[in-house]
Amino acid sequence: MYPKQEVVAMLLAGGQGSRLGVLTQKLAKPAVPFGGKYRIIDFPLSNCVNSGIDAVGVLTQYQPLVLNEYIGSGQPWDLDGNNSGVSVLSPYQQVKGADWYSGTANAIYQNINYIDRYNPDYVVILSGDHIYKMDYSKMIAEHKANNADCTIAVIDVPLAEASRFGIMNTNPDGSIYEFEEKPEKPKSTNASMGIYVFSYDKLRKYLIEDEETEGSSHDFGKDILPKMLEDGLRMFAYQFQGYWKDVGTIDSLWESNMDLLDPNVPLDLTDESWKIYSRNPVVPPQYIAEGAQVQNSLIADGCSISGSVDFSVLFSNVTVEPGAVVQDSIIMPGSVIKEGAVVQYAIVSENTVIGRNAVVGARPETIVDKDQWGIAVIGDNLKIGEGAKIAPKAMVAEDVEGVEE
Amino acid sequence: MRGNNIMGIIFSNLHEDLISELTEVRIMGAVPFGGKYRMIDFPLSNMVNSGINKVAVLTKSNYQSIIDHLGSGKAWDLSKKRNGLFILPPFNNTSEYSNRMTTLNSILPFLENSTEEYVVITDCDTICNIDYQDVCRKHLENNADMTLVYKRAPLPEKLHDPAVLSFDSKGKVIDVLINSNVNGSCSYYMNMMFIKRELLIELVNKCISKNTLNFKRDIIQAEYKNLNVYGYEFKGFSPMITSMSEYFSANMALMDQEIRADLFTSDNPIYTKVRDDMPTKYGLGSKVTNSLIANGCTIEGEVENCILFKGVHIGKGTKVSNCVIMQDTKIGADGNLSYVIVDKDVTIKDERTLMGFLSYPVYISKGSVV
Repeated sequence: MYPKQEVVAMLLAGGQGSRLGVLTQKLAKPAVPFGGKYRIIDFPLSNCVNSGIDAVGVLTQYQPLVLNEYIGSGQPWDLDGNNSGVSVLSPYQQVKGADWYSGTANAIYQNINYIDRYNPDYVVILSGDHIYKMDYSKMIAEHKANNADCTIAVIDVPLAEASRFGIMNTNPDGSIYEFEEKPEKPKSTNASMGIYVFSYDKLRKYLIEDEETEGSSHDFGKDILPKMLEDGLRMFAYQFQGYWKDVGTIDSLWESNMDLLDPNVPLDLTDESWKIYSRNPVVPPQYIAEGAQVQNSLIADGCSISGSVDFSVLFSNVTVEPGAVVQDSIIMPGSVIKEGAVVQYAIVSENTVIGRNAVVGARPETIVDKDQWGIAVIGDNLKIGEGAKIAPKAMVAEDVEGVEE
Repeated sequence: MRGNNIMGIIFSNLHEDLISELTEVRIMGAVPFGGKYRMIDFPLSNMVNSGINKVAVLTKSNYQSIIDHLGSGKAWDLSKKRNGLFILPPFNNTSEYSNRMTTLNSILPFLENSTEEYVVITDCDTICNIDYQDVCRKHLENNADMTLVYKRAPLPEKLHDPAVLSFDSKGKVIDVLINSNVNGSCSYYMNMMFIKRELLIELVNKCISKNTLNFKRDIIQAEYKNLNVYGYEFKGFSPMITSMSEYFSANMALMDQEIRADLFTSDNPIYTKVRDDMPTKYGLGSKVTNSLIANGCTIEGEVENCILFKGVHIGKGTKVSNCVIMQDTKIGADGNLSYVIVDKDVTIKDERTLMGFLSYPVYISKGSVV
C-alpha cells in the first residue's frame, strides 16, 4: 500500500517537438538543453518539488533514452523518495494488447493504475515544453476554494497574439463559460497555459468515458475539457502572473534563452527560495583567458573562452578559441568554436565543431530580404568545415565541408 | 572497475596551523580551493577514480563543515549499500585523535572488520590528481610491504617534519631523514602511503604497545630497514598548502592551461558537492581576463587574474585583480581590490580599496563586512 498523496502531477513529456528540427532528432522536446545548464523538464520538475508535490509521473514516448537517463532516480530534484518521487511512464503492453499513447488524455488513461495507488484528491496535468516558475500549490488552493472540478491556468497575452492560443472566456467569478481554440476574433486574452488541476474522481470518470467514445481523439483540449464544460462541471480559470514561455519553436526557444540575459524579464533563476534544479556536470570552473571579451552573457562551468562572446548563452565545456566571435547565440555543451569563426543568431547543438573562419548565421540588419533571415541551427556532433558559410535560418543536420580559401 | 580490494583513509584535519586564517572556522579538508572545490575533494575523487569503494574520513573536531560538505557521499558516488563513505569522528574523547598514530589506533576495529587487502592513507593538504591503481601496480611489481608516494622538488616552506627519502637503483628506500636540512630538490614524502591492511594494523599495535606514537618516525623511519619499502614518484601538479602564500599561488597556478589539463581530466574528474547555481552572468560593461570563475556569479565590473567561487558578485565599476574570492561574497560598486583573499559570505561595500602584495595577500575572514 502506498501512502496517500493529496496531489499527483502528471507531466506530458512524450511530444516529438518536430518544430525544433535537428534539436529534437535524437531526444524528446523536454530534454532539450536550456539556459546554459538546464533541460526544459527541469522547470516543471523543480516547480513540482518547490510546490510540495512529491509524486510525479513523467509520460514519455518519443526518443526517451536521453530523457529517461536524465531523470534517472529523480535525485537531483529530491524526487527519489521511498514511496513517492518521479516515475517514468512509457507505453506498455497490456493483456488486451499494446498501444502507443494516442493523445494526451489517453496517455493519462493508460496510467490510471499509477495514479490510483496514491489515492490522490487532485491531479495536476503539466506539459514538458514551457519555461516558467509557478507555485502549483496556490493554484490547487484556489481550486479548493472554488470547489472546482477543473482549474485551468491562464496567462494574459497581447490581443494581437491571442489567436495563436486556446482562449478561456470567463464569468466575473472566474468560472469558464466557453473555450475557443485559436479564435480569429478572440473575446478575451486569457490564454491557456496547458496546466490543469482536476479533482481526481471527476478526471478518472471522464478519462474512462472518453476512452470508450468512438471518434474521440483522446485529447484534453479537444475532448475532455469541452465535454466537462458541456456537462456543466465547475471549471475555473487561474490567473498566473509572471514569466511563461512555450519553447516549442526555434524562435521561441532562442528568445526564451535571450530573456535570461535581460534584467527586465521577470525570470530570476538566482532566487534561493525557488531554485531550478538540474543534473550538474562534473567539470571545473569556467576559464576566461587573456584577451577574451565577455559581456551580456550566461556562461557555464567547464567553458574555456579566448574569443569574444556577447549576448549569448554558453553551456558547459564550450570552447571559444582566440579571434572567434559568438553573438546572440546559444552554444550547447561541448561544442567548439574554432579560431576566427563567427557565429551570430544561431543555435549550435552539443559537441559540434565550427571550423576556422566559418561563418554561421547573420545579423538581421545585414539581410535585405527579411524573409530570408532567421536563427541558424546546427545539429549535434557535426563538423562545420573551415571557412564554410551557413546561411541564416538554415537547419544543418549533416557535416558541412570546408571551403578552400 | 569499482571494488578493487583497496580501501582509503583520509586524515581531514592535519596541518591547520599552517593556514590558521583559513582554518579558524573549518578544518583542512573543508578549506575552499579552485573556485568550486574543498581540499578533501581531491583525495576523495582520486580514490573514487582509482576504483576505491570504501573511504574512511577521519576527523578530530570542528567537523561540521566537512560533514555538511560530504553529506551521504553521493557526489563522489560513495553513497553505497556495499561500503561507501565512512565519516569517523572520535569515539569518546578527542585526545585519542591527537596524532596520526593514536587516531589509527582508535579506528582499529574498523580496520580489522574491513576485508580489503590494501589501504591507501593520505592527508588533505595536497592538490593533485593521482591514480592509486598505478601506485598499486608498482607496489605489486616491487613486491613491496609499503609504498611511499614522493615528489622530487625543493621542500615546501614550513612543511611539518618533512621526511626526505633516498633510494637504491630499484627504488627501494634506503634512508629516511626527518626534519633534516636539505637545500634544493629532494625526494620528500607526500604523506600518501600504500600498505597491506594487516601490516598496518600490526605496526600500529606494535607502536601503541611501545608508546612510540610518531607515525613517520616510528613506522616509516623505524621499519624501512626491516620491510620492503619502496617509493612512488608523483610527477604531476601537486602543491602542498603549507602557508597562505602557497595557498594563494596554488590557486593562481590554475590559470595555466597545462596545469588545468593535468588536474581536471575528463577521465578522472574532481567531484564536489552540488549546489545548483545558475551559470555565471556577465553584465553589460563587464571585463574579464585570465580568470577562473565558477557558476552562480554575477559580474558587472572588471576581473583580472582572479579565482571567483560560486555566487560571487562584482559590482559595477569595481576592479578586482589577483584575488581569490570565496563563495557568496558580494563586492559593491566602484571598489578596487588587489592581492586579496576574501573568505565566504563577506560583504565589501561600495568604493572600498583593499591592497595586498604577491608575497603577502590580505585576508578577509568569513562573514565580515568591510
